[in-house]
Amino acid sequence: MSATQSGYARPLDIRKGQIDLSHGGGGRAMAQLIEEIFRAAFANEYLAQGNDGAVLPVPEGGRMVMTTDAHVVSPLFFPGGDIGCLSVHGTINDLAVMGARPLWLAASFILEEGLPLADLRRITDSMAQAARAAGVPVVTGDTKVVERGKGDGIFITTTGVGVVADGLVLSGDRARPGDAILLSGTIGDHGMAVMSRRENLAFDAPIESDTAALHGLVAGMLASGADIHAMRDPTRGGLAVALNEIARQSGVGMVLDEAGIPLRPAVEAACEFLGYDPLYVANEGKLVAICAEGDAARLLAAMRAHPLGRESAIIGAVQACPHRFVQMKTRFGGNRNVDWLTGEQLPRIC
Amino acid sequence: MKYVDEFRDGKLAQNIARTIAREASTGRSYRFMEFCGGHTHAISRYGVADFLPANVRMIHGPGCPVCVLPVGRIDLAIGLALERGVTLCSYGDPLRVPASGGLSLLKARARGGDIRMVYSASDALSIARANPEREMVFLAIGFETTTPPTALLIKQARAEGRNNLSVLCNHVLTPSAIMHILQSPEVREYGTVPLDGFIGPAHVSAVIGSRPYEHFAREYRKPVVISGFEPLDVMQSILMLIRQINDGRAEVENEFSRAVTREGNRKAQALVAEVFELRRTFEWRGLGEVPYSALKIRAEYAAFDAEHRFGLRNTPVPDNPACECGAILRGARKPADCKLFGAACTPENPMGSCMVSSEGACAAHYAYGRFKDAEIVAA
Repeated sequence: MSATQSGYARPLDIRKGQIDLSHGGGGRAMAQLIEEIFRAAFANEYLAQGNDGAVLPVPEGGRMVMTTDAHVVSPLFFPGGDIGCLSVHGTINDLAVMGARPLWLAASFILEEGLPLADLRRITDSMAQAARAAGVPVVTGDTKVVERGKGDGIFITTTGVGVVADGLVLSGDRARPGDAILLSGTIGDHGMAVMSRRENLAFDAPIESDTAALHGLVAGMLASGADIHAMRDPTRGGLAVALNEIARQSGVGMVLDEAGIPLRPAVEAACEFLGYDPLYVANEGKLVAICAEGDAARLLAAMRAHPLGRESAIIGAVQACPHRFVQMKTRFGGNRNVDWLTGEQLPRIC
Repeated sequence: MKYVDEFRDGKLAQNIARTIAREASTGRSYRFMEFCGGHTHAISRYGVADFLPANVRMIHGPGCPVCVLPVGRIDLAIGLALERGVTLCSYGDPLRVPASGGLSLLKARARGGDIRMVYSASDALSIARANPEREMVFLAIGFETTTPPTALLIKQARAEGRNNLSVLCNHVLTPSAIMHILQSPEVREYGTVPLDGFIGPAHVSAVIGSRPYEHFAREYRKPVVISGFEPLDVMQSILMLIRQINDGRAEVENEFSRAVTREGNRKAQALVAEVFELRRTFEWRGLGEVPYSALKIRAEYAAFDAEHRFGLRNTPVPDNPACECGAILRGARKPADCKLFGAACTPENPMGSCMVSSEGACAAHYAYGRFKDAEIVAA
């Protein structure tokens, strides 16, 4: 083998190798890791510039939107996805619910000493595939390594930049009494899929994470011409917290109809035996939209026309309420508050 | 969801509600205590009270295991984790219970205590097996429902010769608490808590059976209907109580016959009797010292008794004087009557124990029902 061949004397041992501190040391080992794992996975013209930052064209028209999201999920791999695709979808969705067309992503990785290279490869491949499928390249990134015990395998922070059309303002403070509340599909799938694989809790349930990039669905919603006032992706804290946030920002109340909220039977059953309320369980491929009452049917049709919105439903209405209460008519027929989440949901004991 | 939806059917609820309204229109009022936090939770979450006429009122009882756990016992657990370096395993609910010095088990964990949430008592055994060099303590709480699993844990630990696992036992007994309420001055003398009957526990009764309640029904002339935790169960049980009162009966009836028998689960009872014995007295948060109301680990199993193993002494800690948890747990006050409710005391910063667990009267009312305290401006 020629000594002048480009690259490294020995390629990374993906099958058996592990992250060690030298991979974050700034030397050759780090350069090799970046080359063989990250550049190989994310290959695009901006990343290929190989500098400290990516030089990007300024988009014409509209306004820029920027967001960032840290991902710390455990376990790293779960039914329906993994931390890699999740970190792409999560940030794209934060841009999408602002009405923005996502353009670029930056990704920074905190790797824990001992992380198998095979896991890292699997995660970055999943990220790259999600980014390609969404048409949003990862244009720059960073890697750090922390000692064993100081991380949870891998933490991924992604930052996204997008552009929103002039004149389009989606904001949590724009909900008005009378507005309709629409949801793009079933709730709780992601949270319960992850929960089903927790070390001390594993249960067999046919539940998959709903992790998905929603900018395509949003494009269809915007194209419908419906007067959308606000959107949120109900991730941590679930639908209940997303709606309480909007109610607080807008100074309004809401009334939901429990019977109208889509919920898979397997998710409902898993929540039931753990004592969880699906309203507070995380989603990674759903959005909730607030729109003018008269446009609700049109918006619903546009959402249902997209594969990620087939199970969309109108789940309630905004109403005037000085206390900003989100209330719900239960399937049983009574009324209850849908409050903010307190701390983390903890299983009840009896 | 099969076998659950049947008990949450809105149409059936309307039917029962109509029957309740008809049969309760006797000109008198009906006040029933649901003893269990599970019922409190169901009533709040499904809005059961919305189906009841104004003269039928539910009073929340003390059957929330987290709510009645006194501060001193949590302090003991925190002390074990922070000062004695033990790994403390706890169910999820007790982690947020406020203890002395602004601490809770969650906050003690942030201070470096090795405190782990487990989903079942047997998880504590797995953790003890996996960490033979660590001293493990399981914080056992709950009524008769969670007692048999703790007994099993202790028996298994002894069978396999575990020498790094013990149990801080706080198991309490339902019948003694009901008796205590019936004998309280508010119920007996002042009449400030007029109680016409009890919705009896579901899961607890599956273990102890319906027989232990026969005494109250007879001695105190209070009807008891043992009820499942689903909203239709609760409504049906309320109707059964109304019928008993209208007929002048005071009996133990069993609405939850799909799980509860008169004798209960004898195997579980035998297991509990083998490992535990009665404490002469035990402090309940809100009720104070209640004689023969709790269990302790028998001397034969002393090696697995954390109180014995670590020489622990219980120190009673008074609640915040403004906190009405005690009166609320006895049914003498409602959550909204407390000055702290929703102001200084919220689920994020609970002052009293009723605000901690979602089964606590205050937390349930705060989370599900507080819109009823406020005047809603319709759209």
